[in-house]
Amino acid sequence: MSHAADIPVWAAVLTAFFVLVGAGFTVIGALGLLRLKTFYERMHAPTLGSTWGAAGVLIGSIIFFSVLQSRPVLHEALIAVFVTVTTPVTLMLLARAALYRDRAERNPEVPGRAKAQSDDE
Amino acid sequence: MRRLLPYPLLTASLLVMWVLLNDLTSGHVLLGAVIAISASNVMARLQPQKPRIRRWLSIPQLIAIVAADILRSNIAVARLILRQKHVRRVSGFVTIPLDLRDHTGLSVLACIVTSTPGTAWVEYDSARSTLLLHVFDLVDEGEWIDLIKNRYERLLMEIFE
Repeated sequence: MSHAADIPVWAAVLTAFFVLVGAGFTVIGALGLLRLKTFYERMHAPTLGSTWGAAGVLIGSIIFFSVLQSRPVLHEALIAVFVTVTTPVTLMLLARAALYRDRAERNPEVPGRAKAQSDDE
Repeated sequence: MRRLLPYPLLTASLLVMWVLLNDLTSGHVLLGAVIAISASNVMARLQPQKPRIRRWLSIPQLIAIVAADILRSNIAVARLILRQKHVRRVSGFVTIPLDLRDHTGLSVLACIVTSTPGTAWVEYDSARSTLLLHVFDLVDEGEWIDLIKNRYERLLMEIFE
């Protein structure tokens, strides 16, 4: 299919750099997901994978295939756009489910409903 | 023109997407244009709220600010995760009063907040227009309110309201 050996050194180095950066951020994000203590803290860790984790791998892919096929290959940009637009949906769903549960259990670490709060004031 | 292109932005985005997924040849541009125009006409039947962009000039500025912030907070959060045992860190909730009402503006703000590691959009109360954020490394609440309001909300209001 492709001839990875044919690609010039500068492109190989750049591709490797971006893929490693992306993979590195994704690993750190996964580590955070494993290690952090509370649900709300764990919510932040995978964001590393969906931002620079994804971006690094996608930039690497753009450079590699653009050089290999000697024309700009940019459809990776679409992946970035769709990841960015869809992450908030899942994240809000998870966050609000957690918030609902914690409020039902009257967990003191979680702020109460905005309405109830203002009535108290 | 209005009848043919009820949502010019949507039509343009669909055409760009088609060309990116295929090739930049006249055949694909033509086919993509036909698909984009018919798809946006189908969309018109659903009568969604049409976003109005008032200031195009602020968009590149917003993109640049957000890209820089995402890169910076990626590094900050990665560092905090790796040095977890050595640094004391408090995370917590912040309630932010918003002046932005435009639906498109709010969804763009949601994308910005969720794509920035370290901040997570938890709840938006549309009746009181307050936003509940969870912040990973909460040092000063006022700082975060200031960041959201002056750095993002001001620009979004310029663009959409």
